Amino acid sequence: MNAIEVKNLRREFAARSGLFGPQKRVVAVDDVTLSVPSGSVLGIVGESGCGKSTLARLILGLLAPTAGSMLVDGQRVADLGRKARARLIQPVFQDPFASLNPRRSIHDTVALPLAAQGTFSRGEVARRVAAVLDRVGLSAEMGTRMPAQLSGGQRQRAAIARALILEPRIVICDEPTSALDVSVQAQILNLLADLRRELKLTYIFISHNLAVVEHVASEVAVMYLGRIVERSETDALFRTPRHPYTQALLASVLTPEPGRGVPDVGLGDIMPDPANIPPGCRFHPRCRIAVERCRVEPPQPMVRGEAAMVECHLA
Amino acid sequence: MSLLDVEELFVTFGRTAAVRGASFRIEKGETHCLVGESGCGKSVTALAIMGLLARGGERRAKRMEFAGTDLLSLSDRAMARLRGNRISMIFQEPMTSLNPAFTVGSQMAEVLTRHKGGSRGAALERAIELMDRVGITAPEMRLGQFPHQLSGGLRQRVMIAMALMCDPELLVADEPTTALDVTVQAQILRLLARLKREFGLSILLITHDLGIVARVADRVSVMYAGEVVESAPTSELFRAPQHPYTRGLLACVPVPGKVQREKPLGSIPGVVPTIAPGFAGCAFRSRCSDADMTCEREIPRKAAGATHDYLCRLAPRDVAELQPA
Repeated sequence: MNAIEVKNLRREFAARSGLFGPQKRVVAVDDVTLSVPSGSVLGIVGESGCGKSTLARLILGLLAPTAGSMLVDGQRVADLGRKARARLIQPVFQDPFASLNPRRSIHDTVALPLAAQGTFSRGEVARRVAAVLDRVGLSAEMGTRMPAQLSGGQRQRAAIARALILEPRIVICDEPTSALDVSVQAQILNLLADLRRELKLTYIFISHNLAVVEHVASEVAVMYLGRIVERSETDALFRTPRHPYTQALLASVLTPEPGRGVPDVGLGDIMPDPANIPPGCRFHPRCRIAVERCRVEPPQPMVRGEAAMVECHLA
Repeated sequence: MSLLDVEELFVTFGRTAAVRGASFRIEKGETHCLVGESGCGKSVTALAIMGLLARGGERRAKRMEFAGTDLLSLSDRAMARLRGNRISMIFQEPMTSLNPAFTVGSQMAEVLTRHKGGSRGAALERAIELMDRVGITAPEMRLGQFPHQLSGGLRQRVMIAMALMCDPELLVADEPTTALDVTVQAQILRLLARLKREFGLSILLITHDLGIVARVADRVSVMYAGEVVESAPTSELFRAPQHPYTRGLLACVPVPGKVQREKPLGSIPGVVPTIAPGFAGCAFRSRCSDADMTCEREIPRKAAGATHDYLCRLAPRDVAELQPA
């Protein structure tokens, strides 16, 4: 069964250019369809402003969609109350310095989701907090500390403990290691992998770091200006990327191999702007193989080679 | 003679030692990377060289020379004449290092008129020329724009163009691409490599990213807890890393195409220790699997090659022994 089913999801924001400028509609997520099988990891990659975090917030129920439907664990997100939703799906965010309340001890922060449910005795809360802290590798003594007394890695462990205390089925990880040093990043990635296996969790893993996504994800979706432009099994995507944008993203990863220099990814100087989405294929102004058709006709989702889905006339 | 020669640099903030005896040299036309994790002292090292330490920061060194000039004995005014002129610097966040209240053109022109004199018109001409050199299209139009009207990548290009206004000999770049998307990062790094060739620049590049180090550095100094624990030509550092910290760091980086999903990534257990006054011995010993009693004593610097040294009691090991277990 699929843990997450998203169909034709769309989210618009109202935006103004300047204080008195005309109001515009920015489509942050545009007709996104995806499904995540139970126990698997879907990686979502893309540049800043591509809509990946908006998609995460929609799935978490923190934002209402403008159109489209979402099923989480077979239930409509819109029909779930806050408490039921919290038992099913939980987030881990990028910055453990911003996501923990600086005036609350680690123990109290981790206990809060349980307390908010209102159905757990004090003894039960204490027992569960101790168990989950131990599970993420924090000592009981750490629980008595304030966030400022913890390192970045320890804070992210606390954030993971808070996400897991209600024993959710799904965890949405939005850039969970981007603010951490590499040695700590590896510790957290290994922890997330262990937890997934032991607790049979499903992850959506959002990152701009393709190497990290390749390490954790079973399937990858590439987003560009609000749309998923390619979706594929991880190995296939990294072996034979179909979309020119995916190819450019992969080319821009700097592997630690000396002597190879910095590649020319060939994307040009035009930056994507969600408030001005180009006609035709939205990637065409940066695409090095674009033809006339790309400038006028938006590509439809299609199946090509090993890719489950790719939106490109030339793929 | 090296362009920049730093020997046994110490920087303290009150009782905290941020840099503890760092030594390195930058040759003309060379890109030298300082690599390490947060708090290792790499940025403070750069600021100490520039004479830009925050209040309360104190530096001392056995030697700190730039093109034969002793930086330690320079007055603040003489240092200010050097900064932005013969040595210039770019930072991680171009939005915070550009003044939001002035146009790009006026900020760029000021650098030149301040240091070299001349008319504002001539300075604007130079600004246009450099913006063109760093790949900014329609530079005349950009001159009149404010920083908030530019994208992150464009702002960093403006910063770079501004840093080049006075034709510096040394460019200090502190995490210049960390705030940018990977695609833009590749463009900016290519640009720096090209400018290095065209202008004969030397670059001190500070980064936490070993991928960047591998692709752009000629020479690398790895910093840990305020010390340079290993220094080597780039290819040698990646081929035969000697210090256990360097080896641990390399094992932590997932490499695309070489991912083994079912195997955990290498990681370094524990955290960077706090260095209290009177700390002696190896700062990495609490996280090192090879540590023993002798690591609590002073550590000798060992040579692993003609220009490759490291700070560890272990004897140099060749490549075959260094294959990960």
